[in-house]
Amino acid sequence: MLKKIKFYWKVVRRPSTFYSLGFLTMGGFIMGIMFWGGFNTILEFTNTEEFCTGCHEMRDNVYQELQDTIHFNNASGVRAKCSDCHVPHDWTDKIARKMQASKEVWGKIFGTISTREKFQNKRRELAEHEWARLKANDSLECRNCHNFDYMDFTQQSKRAAEQHSTALAKGEKTCIDCHKGIAHQLPDMSGVEGWH
Amino acid sequence: MMKRLITAFCILGIATFSVNAEDNIATLRGEEALNAEGSPPIIPKVLNTDKKRKRNYPMQPPTIPHKIANYQVDLRTNKCLSCHSRKRTEDSQAPMVSVTHYMDRDGNFLADVSPRRYFCNQCHVIQTDIKPLVENEFMDVDDLLRVKSPN
Repeated sequence: MLKKIKFYWKVVRRPSTFYSLGFLTMGGFIMGIMFWGGFNTILEFTNTEEFCTGCHEMRDNVYQELQDTIHFNNASGVRAKCSDCHVPHDWTDKIARKMQASKEVWGKIFGTISTREKFQNKRRELAEHEWARLKANDSLECRNCHNFDYMDFTQQSKRAAEQHSTALAKGEKTCIDCHKGIAHQLPDMSGVEGWH
Repeated sequence: MMKRLITAFCILGIATFSVNAEDNIATLRGEEALNAEGSPPIIPKVLNTDKKRKRNYPMQPPTIPHKIANYQVDLRTNKCLSCHSRKRTEDSQAPMVSVTHYMDRDGNFLADVSPRRYFCNQCHVIQTDIKPLVENEFMDVDDLLRVKSPN
């Protein structure tokens, strides 16, 4: 037994004395593809609607609320799923967000929002996290689909065109400043800027 | 003889009435049979012109000249007031809710919108682009006065 372990240790320590360079290079290459592919597949799986709504916290609260809104139910059949708005598309930002999401695993294990009441009580805090994130990245996830340069103000309503051509155009405001609660219900908004 | 005549007339009256009633119901349901599902009318477009409409009488709650789909008005928040409240009208340039909304029922002014006036849609409604189902015979008070005294 000990002999066997000693042998494997020798192979692992200096593999090039036992295997050819080509074998090691190819092996490394193939293993690299497999591990990287696997990693990305799992990462992408955590971006799917099935994964997000796999927990009752998401399925019974925010997912139900989403279904009434224009981002889920509309004439043209384009739909924004959870990750389209809540997970950055760029790789580094995505990994950073996924690491933050480990807190959500913690919350799931300890039932932080395991009932509707708990969720309602925490709604403001959770919403504020998302507002802060979108404010900091200039509403990047909105802009992944809604491009300011492509907006035709003449096709917008008067009020919309007025706001978009001034505050948004100058960069004073970003999407989330006005468009809060477009995909989920709002928390108690007392004291939030831009609300009564 | 007399009794029989009265009964006959009564039956005739009820029959005529029920035929009329059936006609009325038919206009609302269309030609569809009772046990069949009619095709629903097309959902009308909400008028989104952003232009103030005339009020038909001074006390009429103004109609909403824009879309309000998914506006949240509940215990937690009121989307309408995020533009129409006193504090927000400078930014939004929307008309402020009238001062009566800030009064309690004894006429005292409150700091914020009175709870009894909080649910906007109880009085204020959108308008859609459709043909009315029944004819509207409403007459403006000025027209009414003109008809009453034609001089």
